[in-house]
This record gives sequence, structure tokens and C-alpha cells, in this order.
Amino acid sequence: MAAVGPSVFLLMVNGQVESAQFPEHDDLYCKYCFVYGHDWAPTAGLEEGISQITSKSHDVRHSLVWNFPIDVTFKSTNPFGWPQIVLSVYGPDVFGNDVVRGYGAVHVPFSPGRHKRTIPMFVPESTSTLQKFTSWFMGRRPEYTDPKVVAQGEGREVTRVRSQGFVTLLFNVVTKDMRKLGYDTGPADMLRVEGQGLTHGLPQ
Amino acid sequence: MDPKEEKMKIITEEVMENDEDADAGREKTAKAHRPRRKRQLRTAGPAEMVSGRADLGGPQEAAPEDPDPNTQLLGVSARRGPRSLPPIPSASRTGFAEFSMRERMREKLQAARSKAESALLQEMPTPRPRRLRGPGEKDLETEFGTEPGGGTQRTPREDDPQAHARVKFRDSARKIKSKPPVPPGFPSAEEAYNFFTFSFDPEPEESEEKTKVRSRDGANQEEEEGEGEEPPVRGANETDEEELLRGKDAEDFLLGLDPAAEDLVAVRPADYDGARVRLQKEKELLFTPSRLTVPTYKKLPENVQPRFLEDEGLYVGTRPAVPRTTQNIVENRLLMQDPDRKWFGDDGRILALPNPIKPFPARPPALTQGQGVNAELETLYKKAVRYVHRSQHMIGSGDPPGNFQLDIDISGLIFTHHPCFSREHVLAAKLAQLYDQYLARRQRNKAKFLSDKLQALRNAVQTGLDPAKTQKSIDITQKAINEYKSEIRQTRKLRDVEQEKDRTLLKTIIKVWKEMKSLREFQRFTNTPLKLVLRKEKVDQKADAEAYEAEIQAEVSELLEELSEEHEQRMEEYRAAYQQWKAWKKAQRAKKKKKKHAAEEHPEEEGEEPLPGEGPVKPVPPEPPSGAVLEQQVRERAARSRRRPGEPTLVPELTLAGSVTPNDQCPRVEVLRREDVKRRSVYLKVIFNGKEVSRTEVRPLGADFRVHFGQIFNLQIVNWPESLTLQVYETVGHSGTTLLAEVFLPIPESTVVSGRAPTEEVEFSSTQHVTLDHEGVGSGVPFSFEADGSNQLILMTSGKVSNSVAWAIGENGIPLIPPLSQQSIGFRSALKRADAISSIGASGLTDMKKLAKWAAESKLDPNDPSNGPLMQLISVATSGESYVPGFFRLEQLQQEFNFVSDEELNRSKRFRLLHLRSQEVPEFRNYKQIPAYDREIMEKVFQDYEKRLRDRNVIETKDHVDGHRAVVAKYLQQVRESVLNRFLIAKRHFLLTDLIVEEEVPNISSEGSGILGLSLFKLAEQKRPLRPRRKGRKKVTAQNLSDGDIKLLVNIIRAYDIPVRKPAAGKFQQPARSSRTFGEKRAASPPAHSSPAPSADYPLGQVLVRPFVEVSFQRTICHTTTAEGPNPSWNEELELPFRAPNGDYSMTSLQSVKDDVFINIFDEVLYDISEDDRERGSGTHTRIERHWLGCVKIPFSTIYFQARIDGTFKIDIPPVLLGYSKERSVILERGFDPVRSLSEGSYITLFITIEPQLVPGEPVREKFDSQEDEKLLQATEKFQAECALKFPNRQCPATVLDLSGKTVFVTRYLKPLNPPPELLEAHPNNPQATAELVARYVSLIPFLPDSVSFAGICDLWSTSDQFLDLLAGDEEEHAVLLCNYFLSLGKKAWLVMGNAIPEGPTAYVLTREQSHYLIWNPCSGHFYAQFDTFCPLKSVGCLIGPDNIWFNIQRYDSPLRINFDVTKPKLWKSFFSRSLPYPGLSSVQPEELVYQGSDKAAAAELQDRIEKILKEKIMDWRPRHLTRWNRYCTSTLRHFLPLLEASRGAGVEDDHRAELLRQLGDYRFSGFPLHMPYSELKPLIEAVYSTGVHNIDVPSVEFALAVYVHPYPKNVLSVWIYVASLIRNR
Repeated sequence: MAAVGPSVFLLMVNGQVESAQFPEHDDLYCKYCFVYGHDWAPTAGLEEGISQITSKSHDVRHSLVWNFPIDVTFKSTNPFGWPQIVLSVYGPDVFGNDVVRGYGAVHVPFSPGRHKRTIPMFVPESTSTLQKFTSWFMGRRPEYTDPKVVAQGEGREVTRVRSQGFVTLLFNVVTKDMRKLGYDTGPADMLRVEGQGLTHGLPQ
Repeated sequence: MDPKEEKMKIITEEVMENDEDADAGREKTAKAHRPRRKRQLRTAGPAEMVSGRADLGGPQEAAPEDPDPNTQLLGVSARRGPRSLPPIPSASRTGFAEFSMRERMREKLQAARSKAESALLQEMPTPRPRRLRGPGEKDLETEFGTEPGGGTQRTPREDDPQAHARVKFRDSARKIKSKPPVPPGFPSAEEAYNFFTFSFDPEPEESEEKTKVRSRDGANQEEEEGEGEEPPVRGANETDEEELLRGKDAEDFLLGLDPAAEDLVAVRPADYDGARVRLQKEKELLFTPSRLTVPTYKKLPENVQPRFLEDEGLYVGTRPAVPRTTQNIVENRLLMQDPDRKWFGDDGRILALPNPIKPFPARPPALTQGQGVNAELETLYKKAVRYVHRSQHMIGSGDPPGNFQLDIDISGLIFTHHPCFSREHVLAAKLAQLYDQYLARRQRNKAKFLSDKLQALRNAVQTGLDPAKTQKSIDITQKAINEYKSEIRQTRKLRDVEQEKDRTLLKTIIKVWKEMKSLREFQRFTNTPLKLVLRKEKVDQKADAEAYEAEIQAEVSELLEELSEEHEQRMEEYRAAYQQWKAWKKAQRAKKKKKKHAAEEHPEEEGEEPLPGEGPVKPVPPEPPSGAVLEQQVRERAARSRRRPGEPTLVPELTLAGSVTPNDQCPRVEVLRREDVKRRSVYLKVIFNGKEVSRTEVRPLGADFRVHFGQIFNLQIVNWPESLTLQVYETVGHSGTTLLAEVFLPIPESTVVSGRAPTEEVEFSSTQHVTLDHEGVGSGVPFSFEADGSNQLILMTSGKVSNSVAWAIGENGIPLIPPLSQQSIGFRSALKRADAISSIGASGLTDMKKLAKWAAESKLDPNDPSNGPLMQLISVATSGESYVPGFFRLEQLQQEFNFVSDEELNRSKRFRLLHLRSQEVPEFRNYKQIPAYDREIMEKVFQDYEKRLRDRNVIETKDHVDGHRAVVAKYLQQVRESVLNRFLIAKRHFLLTDLIVEEEVPNISSEGSGILGLSLFKLAEQKRPLRPRRKGRKKVTAQNLSDGDIKLLVNIIRAYDIPVRKPAAGKFQQPARSSRTFGEKRAASPPAHSSPAPSADYPLGQVLVRPFVEVSFQRTICHTTTAEGPNPSWNEELELPFRAPNGDYSMTSLQSVKDDVFINIFDEVLYDISEDDRERGSGTHTRIERHWLGCVKIPFSTIYFQARIDGTFKIDIPPVLLGYSKERSVILERGFDPVRSLSEGSYITLFITIEPQLVPGEPVREKFDSQEDEKLLQATEKFQAECALKFPNRQCPATVLDLSGKTVFVTRYLKPLNPPPELLEAHPNNPQATAELVARYVSLIPFLPDSVSFAGICDLWSTSDQFLDLLAGDEEEHAVLLCNYFLSLGKKAWLVMGNAIPEGPTAYVLTREQSHYLIWNPCSGHFYAQFDTFCPLKSVGCLIGPDNIWFNIQRYDSPLRINFDVTKPKLWKSFFSRSLPYPGLSSVQPEELVYQGSDKAAAAELQDRIEKILKEKIMDWRPRHLTRWNRYCTSTLRHFLPLLEASRGAGVEDDHRAELLRQLGDYRFSGFPLHMPYSELKPLIEAVYSTGVHNIDVPSVEFALAVYVHPYPKNVLSVWIYVASLIRNR
């Protein structure tokens, strides 16, 4: 079988949920999970994670740093349904209830290498002002039934959201056998690598 | 601000002082510095802490830059005074300040003195540099001053000393560098001291201020120390720098400041040069280009004639417009500057590119004044359009049926001929027409153009011929000249024709006018105001004559040349011909000679002498052209076509200035005519696509036969217009109207929008014949101007409509034009040639042929660079280099973008798989990891799917055994598919609640106040209460689950009344051995109250039962431990994994899971198999057998929708259970409550749930169309809302969906329907038995929940006939049918909507017997009394009768506790009441049900097949054992089953047992009959499997299996399966 060539390609993603900017909120933690298509299967690593609670830094940046590692490997036969990472950030409100502070999703970068992504985060809005008040008062803000909703387009038209802040993610992406299966996702300068053989890949 | 004011004061002081001694320049410098200082002050201002310091910084820096050190010092000291400085330092400082003040005063005096000796002192530049050095020093100071002023209080204290030290260091460094002697006139050491101490004291002050809190004294000391140290240093420094400055050029520093320049100039009168002299001087220097036109020869090389490329036919773009004078100036200047003349082109003009300015604005239309920018930039809200999933649902949404508008402006009508025209009118019309023609011609002025061209060509030829210039135009070869010449010839001819035409036109005009004049004279009145004036333009006779002559000469010479050429040519021809002739002649002669010779020999051949005509005639030499003749010809022609020399140019001018003779001066006929004209009126109809859409007002015909309408019609149209016609109608007096003519208007191009459309005149003419009895000439009839009637004319009514048609512009500037796609391709306006796109349409641009044709037609200038690409394209296209297909193709580039061909794509298995998955084809919906290569995809993946596709239209009987069911199954499948498709969109309708979890808004109303209060109360609730209450589990949406995540939890609690073993064997000649075995077994088992007597006596020897429960679900089996006795208690939780089909855990998939949970109760029987009694002491050999006692079957869908099932269920025990009985136990069981006895049977208490809890699918919230009355629907909604408000848990379906998806009022389903006649005939005298039989019949129709059949999307109600046709349905259908039967039997019956276990929300039937109510379960056929505890119906929501709905508003809803008397409005809220009477709704049910008779043959066949299949299955399930079939037993059982059917399983057991025992005496026998309605084979197999009969692995076991299928009408089949295992007793 190995002689015939690979039948799947692998996508290894590691990196971290680095930090966040939530100007109005503090003491937040985040959860991440991956959403991927039918042809994808995780082979190693964690698909989901929940981070520690972090407080704002005291400097002017007021950043919330998690540095929460992501490490997962997928295999797939088809780039359709490329994995997306879905982030949801939670934190206490004035009454100490845990409420959601933001949802966001981004595709895992296609090309191998180091990528930094800053995702704008948003939360669903209450349907009415009264509900807004009660939800604030009761600490039961509107939430998505499933955070994975933010990775898909269906049904979003019934919701209204408000943006809340940003989360910065760092990805290190390694792919294997993509090119052998005929998918070329590398950056332009990578194109030559295959043609020129090994020497080119050596450190210079 | 205080410091600022102070500052101002200081400055004024400065200025005052400066007036005395300083020059203006210096003052300026000071002023220039002022704002800067102020700014610094301002920046310093805000920081209060350091403001003092900052202020000090200000003056301190001012010090060096102030022009006069005296003033400066004064200012500073003045400021010092009021400043509140810390007391101690200030004390010392004040002294210091006073000192400096004194010093300053002294200096001032000195300065005053020194001013007197001005020249010398001022000349000396040395003191100035010091002041000028200011900026440099200032920077340094500013740094110190503003840094603290910037307001950083955190600056470490140490900074200051550091900086200080730094300065010091620098200074000392300088000191080291050089110390030149102080030159005289320099500031004294004292001065320097002052200066420097002053300038530096703020700095120590800084530190001092800082440190003052700590130690003032110390600081003071420090400061003093600093001061003490510094002065010498600074002084040295100062001098040092001045030294440097002196070395440099003083001017660089002083700029205008140096007073020396002025001071040294001797005063004398200004030089004056006279104006002339100055001009002279200026002339030497300046050049003023002339505005006069530069003669062409200057701009061109010597002796070169200007050459006009345009005239030579080359493309020259339009030059940008530049005023003549500007151009002249530039030309003059260029000529002056650059004598090479390279700026000038061949034509003597400045080289210029074509005008880049486009004639139309590229900017969007300018905003009108009325609407602001906002209106233009306004964003329009457009509702989001949903992506429609299936293309089949996209109903040609292409173009919105917008309203488009065509504006038709009809401005007027002019008759060019009308019956009422008088003769004069005819002439006038003719004249007007000719004049129009003349004007048009004159505007074009073709003759002039051609003449010019001719001139240009001649020039070109001359240039080319002139040998003097050949060095330049060497490339103009003879060939080119020849071409020019031929061109000249052509042009000349054309010109002549044009000129002739012009002349004849003019002549005709004059002639007509003369005619008119004569006519007017003749008839002695004037009808028309037309007047022709011929303006004569005098010409210079001499010049004209010369030009004329020159022209003629030129022409003659050219002609001569041509002719001579021609002559030459002809001479050539002549020579050739002559030669030929000569040769021929010669030959002839030779021939003749020969012939003569021959003739002598053959005299008979003489007749062959060729005819003279045959030979070439002798050519006549052409005559040379004669100049005189030619000239004569030319002159003649010129006379004909051209103005004679000296003849004035005639310019006709047509005016309407003439006066019309009034009526009273006219003859009677003319008056009549005029009156006739007045009686006539005209109007137009606008015909759009053959339909009249509007018409103009009726306007009277004017005396000048013009009608003015001036109306604009706005046609709102939907489609691209096909035709647009105006009809001209004329009315005469009060008589009818006549259609004069139809005018077809061209439909405007899409670029023509209103406001921009030109008014066009469209001509029309009519064929009508009119003869009039007055002066009017009539139409279509001959008339003549001549008195003698000769020269007759026939004129038809004709005229012109002036109109304009254009597309309207919408509110937002968008033209309201139907999309181009709607345009018919055939329609093209021939007029529009100018624009390619408007002519052939944008799509035509890709069509080369069309494009080429258009280009040819429109005579594009091929030399225009803007047409370049087009021309190239066309040339390529026409030359045939590229293939131009003769058809139009959509997406012509598609081919290029296809990376594989379609066939290849279709052949790809992978693509197919992906495609099917994305289509959500059930087989592939959840296919995971589609392989990357085709070769890895197994062919068998598609097999099922392909088979299904193949079989779609083939009725397969293999699975379905019975033909009818197969048809039904297929039909059901089709209904399902159509329903699925219909709901696909609805399913994707998300609501907010689907996506977002949100607290409900607290209700303020009385009903909801509880919620708000409750929720508020909840806030105060303890987080961890001492007595925790049960909370609902969190529900899980089913999308992110995978295999193994879901578990089915079955809690088996207890059972009642399990059948017990009957030692019947003993009673009926059972071999002793067997009974002994029983006894031994009992001995082996520990139970307390068992009596192990071998010969069991009844009352005491209660035969024990050791029941256990086995739960099987999806072939996973779990069982409890074994309990004892007929009322066992297990209380065990069993956990079964759940696997969704295809691993698809979506809601729809889960809803359609058809699997059932089987809860089987078994009796565990231990047999001692020890063969030898001797071994008994040392070991036990027992075999465990289990005997199936009964089962409870719960569909998974029920569990899924109910979330949990909790209750006591009746165990489905076969009617015959060999070896077991119940009666005894009933007697023994302490006499249960009487209700129990009513519904005898065994019961089991269960609790079933799914972990984690799944969210059941929401019903579809689509609003379906309905044929119900709108009022009724509204009432329904109201009723349901009211009911839901009061009792949200009680269901009340007032409207339901029928199979076609329409909303139907529920009572329409209820109507008496006849049961099958066979059933009625069975028990003619026993209504109760009939009712039971009917109920049984209904229960025999297989149960299939809607959620399964229709993927759980909705609850569809089928009518009873549909139900019977489908032979499948859920509770509602069964209940409706049963209720209808009962109604037809004359019972009072209702449909009960309520909750039951295990079904959940369901429908039962309630009947009213004489005194009590009965509740019927339509699916099982059982009935219960109202007060039966074990009635599965647990709550009643509403009752539905054929004519009303009653909602239960009683406090309780359990049937045990409610009153079913619907007449009581306090207990039952009725839908139709007095306020809303029953409108008499017609039923949706058929009039009558038609039943086919039962098909016995088919049933028998089915029976055989089922038996065969089941036998095979049992053998399959026992792969490791031999399965023997006892035929004898089978036949016995087979005979017994019909009896069971007949008695419905009651009261035949004993006979049967006796029979069995008699026949199979030597067998130990265990078996039971299963009874099921027949739907498919699979449930039968499952049922048999779940009994576990096959699990017996006794080697000698034999099996018996009998199947009986009893057919009922309408193909309803009752299936009995008797399974038994036999073990031969030895």
C-alpha cells in the first residue's frame, strides 16, 4: 500500500491561544474546539480544550494572556471541510455569574508555516431591551446552543450579534502528503522545493 | 495669565528701547521670537508644579535672543520682583537681581553714550554675534526649561545635577580648547558675569525647588556653589565662540541685520533712467513674445509647403482647444528659443496629441440642488435573500416583475399634405421641403469638403512631383502619386456631382418660389406666410474669375494628363494590336501564297478562303487628346454645375414673415376651404403592442396645418415592447373620425433615457382619397396648377409627427428599462450605427460576424487609434484566421475552464460519492472519509444505491412477500420522499431559539408574574441548598454526538402477576421423571416458601417461577438477575448502548430510528442433567433453560420523544403459554382491588430513559396553506392560545395536517364509516362482541409512527381510506378509524387526545356505554373501563367529536378523576358554542369505505413463505447446532392456530394443552404462539428472535414452528407464529 502512495494527508496544527483583548471584561477563560467536515478525522491530540482564567495585565495593553496550547493532528482525504477552530470566551459578570464574552471561529491556516490570527469575537444580542436587562440582571446572557454554530453559515440570519474583543491565535501548521494527493497549499516559494529535491530543503 | 501679560509688557518695553538704538531689522527678530516664547509659556502653563520654573525658563531663554542685553536684563529683573519664589533663595536672589538691575542701568547709559559714536560701534560686528547665537543657546536652554515643564514629576531628581554636570563638562572642555585674550570692545567681565549668572540661575533653581522640601539651605548652598563656579567658565566659552564667529563671514549670520551696509552708503539722488532707456535695457534682457500669428513659413523648414495629414486621409485626432493668442505666444516663444522648429509638425502647427478630454462626463450625474448628498448616498435596506437549497425550488426568479416606464413625448403634427391644402399650400409645402433639404445640404457642405480635399490632394501631388523637395519626400513614389491622381479623379467627380446637385436645388427652390408668387398673384390672396428671400453675397469679381479660371485650368490640365495617359495606353494597345494585325496579315499573305500554290494542286479547296471579317481588322490609331475640346467640355460642365465667375452667391432664406390675406378679402371657395380646415381636428392614439394605451387630446387643425399636442405619456410596462404605434385620427365637424395613418415609432435603445432623447420627426402618409368642393386640392385625386389642367399631380395626405420616445429614469437615477434579455433579438434600429453596443447589443460583441458586419456598415475610421483593437479583431475574424462558429454559445469559455471532461468527471467514483453525499442521499449522507483515489472506492459502495434506483419502479416482492404490501411500501416511500422534499426548506428554517439560548422574557401579566417573581426568588436562592431538589438534566443537541455517546437506561423495577409454572405435566400423565426433576430442581434452589414435594399438590406446592428480564435493543442484550415468585422485584438498571443508523446523530436520523426495545420476561428453569444418581452427592449438573413468558415492546421513537418512560406496563403474554398459568395466582394474590381483575394480565414497572437526554425534534413551524375558512382558522388559533394559557400540558389539536400538507380542521376526520360487513356478521346479536372485533380489526393494521414514516417532521393525519390503503399509521389514524366505526355502530364515541404510556401524546377512543365509559386503545384493540388503574391513558387533554372539540378544563386530567360529561361547560370548554356555532363542516372522509374481500389464497401463500423464512432464520441463529424440525408437532400447532384466531386467544388453552399432550406425550414441550399484525417480515423475525427460542442448546432439542395468516378484509392480515421447542424425554 505504501508503494502506491498515501491515501490520506495529515494536517498537524500546534500553536496556542495567545492572548485576547477584551476592553470591558476581565478574568476570562476560553474554550476551543474544532469543527471539520465528514472526511476529516483527528488522529492525535486534543480536539477540545478549556483554559485557565486569566486577568488583565496591568500595563497599558490590558491584554489577557492565556498561552493555551493547541496540539492536534487531523487526517483527511479531502480538503473540503477543512478544520476550523471555534473559540468561546467566558468570564464572570458583575454578579459573578459565568457568562459568555465572545464567540469566534477561524479556519486553520492552509499553508504550512507559522501563522498568527486575530479573531474578532462576538456575542449574540438579546432580542429586546427588556430581555437585555433581565439577562444582565439574572446573569443569563443569550448564548449559542452550540458554539460550533459560529463555524457554519446556516441559520445565522436569525441572530444579531455584537462584537466584544479580539483573540490572537498562533498556529504552526505542518502538512504531510498534501502535494502527493494533488493539493498545493504551500506559499509560492515552496513550489520549487519539490522540483529541486532534497538539497533545497537543507538549512542554509 | 499673569506671566503672559508680563511678557507683553516686557516686549513693549523692549520695542520702546529699541526705537532709540536698534534698527528695524533687529526689532523684527525680536518680534519673531515672541510667539515662540509665548508658546513655550503656554506649554509650561498647565503643569502648575513646575510653572514657576517654566516661567523662568522663558525669560531665561529670552535673554540671549533679546536684541539688547540691557532691555532683556531689565525685563528679567522686573519680572523677578513679583514672582513668588521661596523666601530664602529669593532673598539672595533679589539682591542679585538688584545688582543686575543696577548693572543694566549702567549699561544703558553706556549704550546711550556709545550710540553717539555710532559708526564705529555699529560697524563692529562682534557684540552682535553674541545675541545671534541665541537660537543655538536657546535650544539648549529650552531643553532644560521644557523638560521639567512637560510635567513629568517622576523625573528623577538626579537628572538635573547630571545635566548640569554635563553642561559644565562641555564648558570646561571648551575652556581647555582655547582661551584667547579678550579683545577690546567686548563685553566686560562684569557683563559677562551678569549674563551668565542670569542665564544659568534658573537651573540651580530647578534643583533647588525640588529639594526645597528636603533642605533649602543645602540647595541654596548648592546653587551658590554652582554660580560661583560658572561665570568664568561661561565667559571663556563666550569669547571662544565669538572668536569662531569672527572668523566666518559675518554676512551669513547677520543676513539683513548688518547695519554696516546702510551706514556706509553715501546719500545721493536715486538714479533715473528715462523710460526709453529702460525699455532699451529691458529689451536686452527681456523677451516678450508677440501675440501675432506666426506665419506658417516661419514654422516650417525653408521652402516646405505645409502638409495637412488630415487632408491626405490620415487620421488626426481633434486637437485640444487652446485660445488663438496663447497658441501664438507659445509659437513665438518656441521659435525664439528653439530655432530647430522641432516643435512644429508638417502642417506648421505645434505638435499636439489628440484632445484627451472625453465629450461626456465620466463622473456620475451631478447632484441636483434639491437633494443633498445624503439622498444620493442613502443606503437602501434589502432583505436578506435566502439561499434556496434545491434548484427545483427556484422558480425562475430571474427578473423581478418590475415596472418599467417608457416616456412618449408627442409634441406635434405637421401635415405635409392634406386634402384641405390649397394650391398655394402645396407649393409652400414643397418649398419648405426643398428649403429643409437645402439647409441640410448646406450644413453638410459636402461640395466644400470635396473641393478642399481635392485641393489637398493636388497639393500633395505637386509636393511629390516637385523635384526640389524630393529629398524630403523621397518615399513618395510614383505609385503614390498615381494613387493620388486617381483619388483626385474620384474626388473631382464626386465634387462635380455635389455641386451640380446644390445648384439644381437652388434653382428648384427659386423656381418653386416663383411659381408660388405667380400663384399668389393669380388668385389674389395669400394663404401661407411663407416668404423666400434670396440674399446675394457679393464677390470680388476679379478674384473670383481668377479662381474660376484657375480651377478650370487645373482641371483641364489634369484631364489632359489623364487623357494623354489614356491615349498613351491606347497607343500601346494600338501598337500591340497593330503588330498583331501585321503578323496576321503576313501570315495571311503567306497562307494565300501557299494556297495559291495549293490551289493549283487542289483547285477544289479554293472555297476555303477565309472571310475578311474573320481576321483582325486593321486597328485605327487613337486620336491624341485635344486641349481645346477638353477645355470646352470642362467649361460646359462648370457652367452647369458651378457659379459663374462674378455671379453673386445666392443664399435663400425662407421666412414666415409674409401675411395671410384675411377671410373677407378672399373668394368664397377659399373661405369655404378655410372654414373646412377649422372644422377639422386631429388626435393621436398611442398603441402599445397592438393595444391602445392612451390618446392625445383632440386639437383643431391650424390654418398652417400644424397641430401642437405637447403631451407626454408615461407608459408603465412590464416587458420589452414589441411595437409602438401612433394612430392619427381626424375628425371633421361632428361626423365620425377617420383613421388617417399609422405611425410606427422605433423603440428606443436602452441608452436613450428621457431628457436626453432627441425629438424625431416620423413621416406618415395615408391612402385616402378625398375630393373637396372648395379650394382644397384633395388627396389622392389629380389636380393641376395649370389652367389647362395639364401637368397633373396626385398628392396623398401625408405629414410628420414630431415625437420623442425614451426610457424614464427612476427615483434613484436608474433607467426603468426592461433587462436586455427580454429584448427580442430581431429588433434592431437601423438608425443606430454609431455605437456598436447599442447596435448589436453587448452580447453581439462576442459574435465576430456581427461585429464585422456592423463595422462595415458603420464605416468606422480604420485609422482612428481608438478603433484599433476592434479593427484588428475584425480583420482577424474576417480573414478567417480564427474559427467563428455560426451559433451563439453561452459561457463560451467554459470549455477552457473545465479541467476534465464531463464524462470523465461523471465516471469518477470519488466525484460521484462526493456528489451523492452533498445531495444528502440517505445511503451516503454520513459517509465519512471519502477515499482520495478512485481506486480505493469499492464498487459495492454504490450497489445498494443503484439497486434502490433500479427498483424504484419495480415492485419487489422478495422482501415484502405479499404483493399488496409491496405496493403500499413503495407508495409510502414515495409519499415520504415527496414530504421530505417539501419539508427540506422548512427544516432549514432556523428560529432564534434554535441557535441561541436565551432566558424568556418575564411576563408582567398576572399569569406570568409568577415567573418574574420566581426568577427573582431564584436569585436569593441558596447556591447549595440543604435539601437539593431534582433539576432537569441538561439536554444535548444531537449534532455533536458519536457512537457510544448515547446510552439507553432501562430500570426494571418490578413485575406483577407473572404466570407461574403449572405442574400440569404431573396432572396429565406426565412421566414421573419429569416431575421429579421439577422437584429436585426446586430442592436445589433456595427459595423459602417452596415445597419441594415431587408430587406437587396444588395449594401447597405452588409451582415457582424464577423470572428475569432481558432487554434487547439493536441486538444488544442485557438481563437482570433472577428473582423469585410471580411478583418479583428486581430494581435493576440496565444500560444499553445506542447506535444511530449510519452514525448519523442528527435529529432527523434519530427520529426515524425504527428499532424497538424488547423487554422480555423469562422464566429460568434449571434442569438436572445428571444421568447418574450416584454422582449426585459430589456435584451438580444442571442445565438452565429459559422460558419466554412475555414481552413489552417500546419503540425507540417513543423514548426519544418522551425523553423518559415511567410506568407500569401490561406484559404482552401469549394467549397460550404451555406449562404456565395465571388463574391460580389471581386467586391466591390476596384478592387485589377489583379493578385489577377487570384487566387481567401481568404487569411490569419500568423506567426508561436516554442518557444524555436528547432534544427531540421540534415540529415544523411552517404555516401551511389551508382550505379552511379564515375565520375558523383564527378561532382555532384563539382557542388553542386560550387552552395553552390555562393548561399548557394538555394537548388540543384543533387543526391537523393532511397527507398533502394542508391544514384541516380536526372534526372533519370524524364521520360514521361502515366497518367491514364480515365483522358485523360475525356477532349479529352481540354489540359488545362486534365492537371488540372491530377494535381488533383496527389494531391489526400495523402501527407506524409518523415520525418514522415522515422523518419526524410533522404529524400527518391520513383519512381512513388512505389509512386502509397504506395499511400503516400511528395512533391518530387508528383512533380515527375506530371512532368512525363506533359511530357507525351507533355508539357515542369521541376521540380522546391525551397522554398515555408508553406512547406519550396519543389518541384513544372513548365510548359511552349504557352507564359507563370505555376507553379503547386503538392500537392494541384493548379496552378499559374509566376507572381501570392499569389503563395506559394517563391524561386527557380534549375530546373530539364529529361536530365539536371539548377541551378539558377540569382540575385533573387523569381519566380516573375526571367527568366525561361534555355537556357541562364548567368541565369542558367547547370549541363551537353559541357564539361560534358549528358551521357544518363537511368531512374529509369518504362517503363509504369499500372493502375487498379477503384473499385466502394469497394469505396461504404468505403463510408458507413466512414459515419457510422463519425456519431458515432459526437455523441461522443456531450456527453451531443442528436444528431439527418436528413435523408432527408443527402440523398439530398449525391446526391449533386458526382456533386461536377465532377465539382471539381466549379460552382454548386447556383443550390445546390436552391435545398436545396426547399427541406429544413423550416430549417436554415449551412454546407459545405469537400474534402480530402483519406489516413486514422483519418485525416478525425480530419478535421470534427476542423470545430466544433458538437459544436452547440441548443436543436433542427439536423445534416446531407454525405460521398462520388470517386474512381480513382490505388485506389486513393477522399473523400467528407458534414456536415451540421439544425435548424428548427419555
